[in-house]
Amino acid sequence: MLCDDCQEKEAEVHLTSIEAEEMRSVHLCVRCANQRGISAEAAETVAETPPLADFLAQLGSSGPQTPIPDSSEPCPFCGISAADFRKAGRVGCSQCYVHFETQLRGLLRRIHGSSHHAGKLYLSEASDITDRLSQISSLRRRMRRAIETEDFETAAELRDRIHDMEMQE
Amino acid sequence: MIQDAAPLDDRGLDWIRGGGEAEIVLSSRVRVARNLQGFPFPGRAGAEERADVVERVRAAADHAESLEGGFFWEVDSLDPVDREILVERHLISRDLLAARRGPSSAALVLARDSSCGVMVNEEDHLRLQALVGGLALEAAWRQVDRLDEEIGALLPLAYHHHFGFLTACPTNVGTGLRASVLIHIPGLVLTKEISKVLEGISQVGLTYRGLYGEGSEVVGNFFQVSNQTTLGKTEEDLIDHLGRVTGKVIDYERSARGVLLTEAPSVLEDKVWRAYGILRAARSLGLEEMMNLLSGVRLGVSLKLLKSPRVETLNEILVRGQLAHLERAAGARLTEQEADVCRATYVRYKLARDERDAGQAPADGTSDSTVVDGPPSGG
Repeated sequence: MLCDDCQEKEAEVHLTSIEAEEMRSVHLCVRCANQRGISAEAAETVAETPPLADFLAQLGSSGPQTPIPDSSEPCPFCGISAADFRKAGRVGCSQCYVHFETQLRGLLRRIHGSSHHAGKLYLSEASDITDRLSQISSLRRRMRRAIETEDFETAAELRDRIHDMEMQE
Repeated sequence: MIQDAAPLDDRGLDWIRGGGEAEIVLSSRVRVARNLQGFPFPGRAGAEERADVVERVRAAADHAESLEGGFFWEVDSLDPVDREILVERHLISRDLLAARRGPSSAALVLARDSSCGVMVNEEDHLRLQALVGGLALEAAWRQVDRLDEEIGALLPLAYHHHFGFLTACPTNVGTGLRASVLIHIPGLVLTKEISKVLEGISQVGLTYRGLYGEGSEVVGNFFQVSNQTTLGKTEEDLIDHLGRVTGKVIDYERSARGVLLTEAPSVLEDKVWRAYGILRAARSLGLEEMMNLLSGVRLGVSLKLLKSPRVETLNEILVRGQLAHLERAAGARLTEQEADVCRATYVRYKLARDERDAGQAPADGTSDSTVVDGPPSGG
């Protein structure tokens, strides 16, 4: 397809926009796109940015409402940090939903208008897994606090309990 | 039991035979995203973990009733053309190809009758999906629901009592369900009502995109409409809502066509016959050009301005007119120019065959066409 503007070169930048109720497509070569102030890279980036990252970026720009603070610790299971999540728009594992639960609730409400599942229930022998994971996560937090306060006896006890629970998986 | 590395043949093409409202709705699709407990999601998993997931799904598939006698392909062991063919048939996504990290890192399971399948290790461990012809969302959902029950009993899935089924992207969490219809609405585009309709679609919690999924351009007046949110509603509500809105869009499209027929019949007829004439005679056809012309012909068939081709043939051309399908038929990799020539030959051949079957006058409407159409090179 030839460039809409110069009608000479092959169009490499394709933009579709809806203006005044009309859908318009523009096909331009790189040079003409540049002249119109559209960079090929920008056009591509827009299309490829995951919608969630976009969404998060918008939330981020609104300042104090940033849903996922950078300060929270990485997920203990997969190691993903809040910053990784915000950048990729993807969490790393099912335990992230436990680890980042508070922040995710707010985010899910913004995306879906709800944070509560209303669909199919899932019951399997291991369906209490998320409860267990959430317990492990809370035990880990307590263990870290115990270490910080040099309560090594409690920390050792908690370490063993965590170990036992992880063995159940 | 399922079979490994069987030839692809025509698997996954059953939808082209159509279904309810087939002239306007090409296909209905439902997929749900699921993940296994105890494994990081694919984007965060190492090679061994990914292979482990593939292995577990392969083993479970052997025992899932819906998949009995079905097929299993490791994406990496397919040759590049076959991989592209799977993408062109919408059986796997381009993201699955991109997510591949060497052997055993990504796979596809397909039921014997292609009624449903599982994409393994795309963004989520499992994407259970069903693709059916025409407007048949409930039927597609029933297939996926049944497969989900079977797989969920065989493999422990990641589920949270509050959030529902857990997914790599929070936009899929809850039901994990994405239902979509592929609709052809040239009437709304020609009467310039389309932006109002699309705006309406967005306002009721649905979204649209082009034929080839996320980020793809709308070509040939084919729109893929799907639910935007997955959490807070039941699967049935999501399916029902999309079905009802699709029904409305079909009504609008019909009335738009009615307006075109009464107010600009000659313009419409000319458009349809020009599209048919070019497809019937062209010696070189780009993919996008073909799609746009197929839209005109599809409209003509639907309005009975053309006696042939059949809707099924139009669906088939949409699939087999794509690059990898042409390459498979030609038995060689093709340059863009070669592909355009093969595409034109293939399209002429298909239209000529339906023309003969229907006894339709050739495109010039006066005498027998002097164009000689043999079968396309290489089949």
